[in-house]
Amino acid sequence: MFYISIFLQYMSQYIKTKLQYRTDLFVEFLSDLMFQGVNLIFILVVFGHTQFLNGWTRDEIIFIYGFFLVPFALFASFFNIWDFNERYIVRGEMDRVLTRPVHSLFQIVLERMELESLLGGITGLIVMGYAASRLHLTFHWYDVILFVLFVLGGTFVYAGIFISLASISFWSDARSSIMPMMYNIGNYGRYPVDIYNRVIRYILTWILPFAFVGVYPAAYFLRKTEWYTYSFLTPVMGVICFTLSLLLWNAGVKRYRGAGN
Amino acid sequence: MAKYIEMIRMRFLMMLAYRTNYYSGIFIYSINIGAYYFLWSAIYGGQPSIQGMTVEQMTTYVAIAWMARAFYFNNIDREIAMEIREGKVAIELIRPYNYLMMKTMQGLGEGIFRFIFFSLPGMLIVTFVFSLHFTTNVQTWSYFALSTVLSFIINSQINLLAGMVTFFTLNGEGLLRAKRFIIDLFSGLILPISFYPQWAQSVMHYLPFQAISYIPSMIFTESFTRDEAVKGMMFQAVWCVVLIVPIYLLWKAAKRKLIIQGG
Repeated sequence: MFYISIFLQYMSQYIKTKLQYRTDLFVEFLSDLMFQGVNLIFILVVFGHTQFLNGWTRDEIIFIYGFFLVPFALFASFFNIWDFNERYIVRGEMDRVLTRPVHSLFQIVLERMELESLLGGITGLIVMGYAASRLHLTFHWYDVILFVLFVLGGTFVYAGIFISLASISFWSDARSSIMPMMYNIGNYGRYPVDIYNRVIRYILTWILPFAFVGVYPAAYFLRKTEWYTYSFLTPVMGVICFTLSLLLWNAGVKRYRGAGN
Repeated sequence: MAKYIEMIRMRFLMMLAYRTNYYSGIFIYSINIGAYYFLWSAIYGGQPSIQGMTVEQMTTYVAIAWMARAFYFNNIDREIAMEIREGKVAIELIRPYNYLMMKTMQGLGEGIFRFIFFSLPGMLIVTFVFSLHFTTNVQTWSYFALSTVLSFIINSQINLLAGMVTFFTLNGEGLLRAKRFIIDLFSGLILPISFYPQWAQSVMHYLPFQAISYIPSMIFTESFTRDEAVKGMMFQAVWCVVLIVPIYLLWKAAKRKLIIQGG
């Protein structure tokens, strides 16, 4: 209960500060939209020259991309910790966080949230809606529940990977330059994994399970029965990834000694 | 002239001090190239060629486009915007060199550094990992070299323009980000221009962006005939000259504006 009330308080403060600078907010929205637009244009142009991508149609690929945008938007809004090393460890901000009676990771999530990224989720829903109507997909009432579960699973997969990476900085002063690399690997999950070779497919499923953010869960809604096992594993993978990363984080915090003298 | 060469050298040495940051950069580029490699292989499926390009030419196109980007890419637009915001530009203006020329030279220093420490080893890795096709034709290589230099000039000119526009606007960040997406899309970095629908191609023909990535990459993969390659380089050269005009005008206007702000 305490955590929820803190969350709401941070959120209201956040919205207040953001609404002070409305043009900045608008520009951010616009550049997010452009970023998503570039990827969509890529898909549209490519499918002007081919019918199938390893058996997947244009609209199915668009649907997967739309789905991917939703968990990614949630992740980008709440787990903005790619510069954790510089911001918290090098500058000693972690000391301040640790003196407070709320879990350190939760505080960092609150301090660094960027709610404007949620707009990407709405874009994703629109893209998915467009693709679904062209594919004449039908949905059951329980698909809504599954959708929420899959989206949360995907979000936690992403969050788990990035929290684990951030935790590394408790042990070594590694530069956060692996973070952008992870963003790029994350992009692999936007396309059907069967176009990659076996090694990459294995990595994307079990080691850096980015496939659970895009193609696997989306395959359920596209009624690709052969992928159902993976689809239903999505929430499980989310829980596993997130739990592991929390354990790693807590172990790291215990080891933390501060950057000062 | 000597002072500009010194600028190139200084920036090169500065980058050299931070060279470890670049090793991970090579992996990032390789990962990007890898993703597109598989994507394009799947897109081609059984088709022998699309728009006159084979799948080998296409994957080589992607690899060379990203590696050439390491050379022509620079952040001088952001640097200019920052120096304006922090007021440093006032001091730069009283120094005995042309500010814009100096920025371009710093960009060139960065480009040469990345070419040696980034593109060359990166290209080696990528060639080993993916089966890429490199021509042995000396003429193609020399055309490609010339074309890449021209693409550096055009990209820098566009960056100068974008940086200077932030003199006049309050929110420069959004503008610079928008510029980046436009260049990613219209320069041919992620998609060859010949893949776009006809109407889009004819629009892009009147814009300088394809001179940045599309033309050198098409030359390198020998997707252009000799005539097309020469025509492409002419296109680049013309834009190099044409872009000087808005830069000159904007620079004059910007200097006037700066005096008002500093007063």
